[in-house]
Amino acid sequence: MGRKLLFDKAHIENIRYYDVYRANGGYDSAEKALKSMTPELVLEEVKKSGLRGRGGAGFPTGLKWSFIAKPEGVPRYLVCNADESEPGTFKDRYLMEFLPHLLIEGLLISSYTLGANSCYIYIRGEYAWIPDILEEAIADAKKNGWLGKNIQGSGFDLEIYVQRGAGAYICGEETALIESLEGKRGNPRIKPPFPAVKGLWDCPTVVNNVETLATVVPILRIGGEEYAKYGIGKSTGTKLISACGNINKPGVYEIEMNISVEEFIYSEEYCGGIANGKRLKACIPGGSSVPILPANLLLKTAKGEPRMMTYESLSDGGFATGTMLGSGGFIVLDEDQCIVKNTLTFARFYHHESCGQCSPCREGTGWMERVLKNIEKGKGKMSDIDLLWDIQRKIEGNTICPLGDAAAWPVAAAIRHFRDEFEWHVLNPEESQVRNFGLAHYADPLEIAAPAAV
Amino acid sequence: MAEEKKLFKVKIDGIPVEVEPGTTILNAARQIGGDIVPPAMCYYSKLQGSGGKCRTCLVKVSKGSEADPRPMPKLVASCRTTVMDGMEVANITSPEVLEARKGVVEFLLLNHPLDCPVCDQAGECHLQDLGYEHGADGTRYEFKRREFEKIDIGDKIQLHMTRCILCYRCVFTADQLTETRQHGILGRGEASEISTYIHKSLDNEFIGNVIDVCPVGALTDKTFRFKNRVWFLKPVDAHRDCENPKCCGKTVLWLRGDEVFRVTARKDKYGEVEAFICDTCRFDKKETKDWIVEGPRKVDRHSVISQGQYVGVHKPKDALPEVLDGRQPKLMMNIHNISQVNRPEIDLSRIEGPAHSDDFKN
Repeated sequence: MGRKLLFDKAHIENIRYYDVYRANGGYDSAEKALKSMTPELVLEEVKKSGLRGRGGAGFPTGLKWSFIAKPEGVPRYLVCNADESEPGTFKDRYLMEFLPHLLIEGLLISSYTLGANSCYIYIRGEYAWIPDILEEAIADAKKNGWLGKNIQGSGFDLEIYVQRGAGAYICGEETALIESLEGKRGNPRIKPPFPAVKGLWDCPTVVNNVETLATVVPILRIGGEEYAKYGIGKSTGTKLISACGNINKPGVYEIEMNISVEEFIYSEEYCGGIANGKRLKACIPGGSSVPILPANLLLKTAKGEPRMMTYESLSDGGFATGTMLGSGGFIVLDEDQCIVKNTLTFARFYHHESCGQCSPCREGTGWMERVLKNIEKGKGKMSDIDLLWDIQRKIEGNTICPLGDAAAWPVAAAIRHFRDEFEWHVLNPEESQVRNFGLAHYADPLEIAAPAAV
Repeated sequence: MAEEKKLFKVKIDGIPVEVEPGTTILNAARQIGGDIVPPAMCYYSKLQGSGGKCRTCLVKVSKGSEADPRPMPKLVASCRTTVMDGMEVANITSPEVLEARKGVVEFLLLNHPLDCPVCDQAGECHLQDLGYEHGADGTRYEFKRREFEKIDIGDKIQLHMTRCILCYRCVFTADQLTETRQHGILGRGEASEISTYIHKSLDNEFIGNVIDVCPVGALTDKTFRFKNRVWFLKPVDAHRDCENPKCCGKTVLWLRGDEVFRVTARKDKYGEVEAFICDTCRFDKKETKDWIVEGPRKVDRHSVISQGQYVGVHKPKDALPEVLDGRQPKLMMNIHNISQVNRPEIDLSRIEGPAHSDDFKN
């Protein structure tokens, strides 16, 4: 059994209520921080732990916190990004639904570290029932002196507010989230200035993912150095993976970042193998925006090493042969799945969610969707595949926010690795409507590139 | 004692320039001028917060600054990125930038109707200029372009969203020139539109300026619509004492003979107005007697509006004397001696109408 840090007590009945949570060692970390540590010391522990942002980009959290500007007389804000809208990702939902006090404790410690007296949880509009759970937990925490004025006699004040979004993927981007929180249209801002300098209401702001903030609790409980011993290399600690697709046991799993992708998919402890005895065709290991990989590249890197569930190993080989850990939305596709259709689904999503502020993303996402739809419906041309490649290349990197990249990467990776399936769709327009391309050679063992001959 | 301001040394396409801290790359390039100025469709120096949206002004920062010489990982929007000391920027010298710009132009034109032949903006349209300069020959888009219904904003302005490139300039104009914010963007992605019941709400004395700031033909002057082509009109500078304290009263009249076809604010060479004018000047003063005419407006030689005006045209050099270098031309051969058709007694130039075989019959 892998070691657990976030879900170690998740099996306890009624852990979502304050009394049970407190009786099982809840709020001990917060007590430790408030009573015996200075904010600098907590920051030091987080830096030592090597915790990296769990929202997708994997930026070191301690470093992010140390960037926050501290001008005199200006309030600072902590914003918890619970706008979890990436297709395939549902880990924060589990955390907020079943362990709301873990998040609140994490917010308390983080706010204390940053010197923020107001904290906002910006929650996705579609999670309509979760704000009630969170607000109940906040009220309980307040009743027991963990929120409000002069928390546990430490002189530190904190209020947590829950704000519901209106259901826009783009509001998961930190500056769009801030705009939305201010009551405006959720358009990403142009950076710089970064939120650490000018964020919510032009004040220094830190925006972190739910899981990142919750992880601060076990870090303080066991200490930063001990936490850094979990995982491999720079991928320290544990990560929540929301596994879905054609697997036997979909769900949210906490993994220590030292297991291989193969173990994660096939072991009984986690996904339990591919459903219905089918074979693995492809996988999107980090939510819809990360590049898709065929089975052979997923299980082994281009160098022939086994691929691990870590930030580094998954991105080994760059985008040519690698992918990203992203937000941990692990989508598994078996041999019966059509990559073209899958790519079209994602393209339709990004087309629908583009905010329309900058031209490459506004116009390009719709164009990609329409071209893909033609190919999927058997009306495509060979030149459409090159056209798609060209469109994604002109969107990527040229937009205000990363949504442009997120829209371009799945299309790019699908063409890079599954070009023959696209070509088959174009060449067999009628056949492609009644059957799928199948597994083909996507699970064949890789030829390890020989050293370049002279 | 005024402290001497430290100027930042910046290189754009290898051309050094010294600018004040806080200047954007685009404005630094404008201080140099010429071909290296990135095109801008959404940035407007008079409007706060504009820019960053159209992505035509993308440039490559090949050296971040003197202190941190690392290049920036992505292309940056030059209109919103401030310069650092020692920064080196590549615009037209970078194939990557030109490639990206070509892509952006294609994206901007993707859903644009390209109805220039019936568009009032033709001839002074930024998108037209941009398309000629950076665009491809044809489109690769094979789908239906988006369409919107035309909307009347008051009785003087018409909004034709189909042509809009969503630069947000008119939103900033309405927001910043008048007291209350009245319109914005509705919908998202491709379906975004300039909206919120503007036909009812956009009604104030400066709203006519949205016509001037619009880079395309989405917002047009209804008093001028389909009246004339801009290049058939003669622009003259004029002014009047406007009663409105916020209006500068300095305008350009677009004339044919004595007839004033339209009144606009004065625009600089980047197509940005120098000072905003009120709606009374723009829509109501349409007679030359209302104005004190200063003289013809200087129009860029390359603009189609300057056709027929021949400003700054050089007379072509007579090359023959130079080639002959003082010698007199010598008759090599008299065509009449060998040709039976070109008879010297028949002077072709004196024949009425085209020459006919009858003319050569004796």
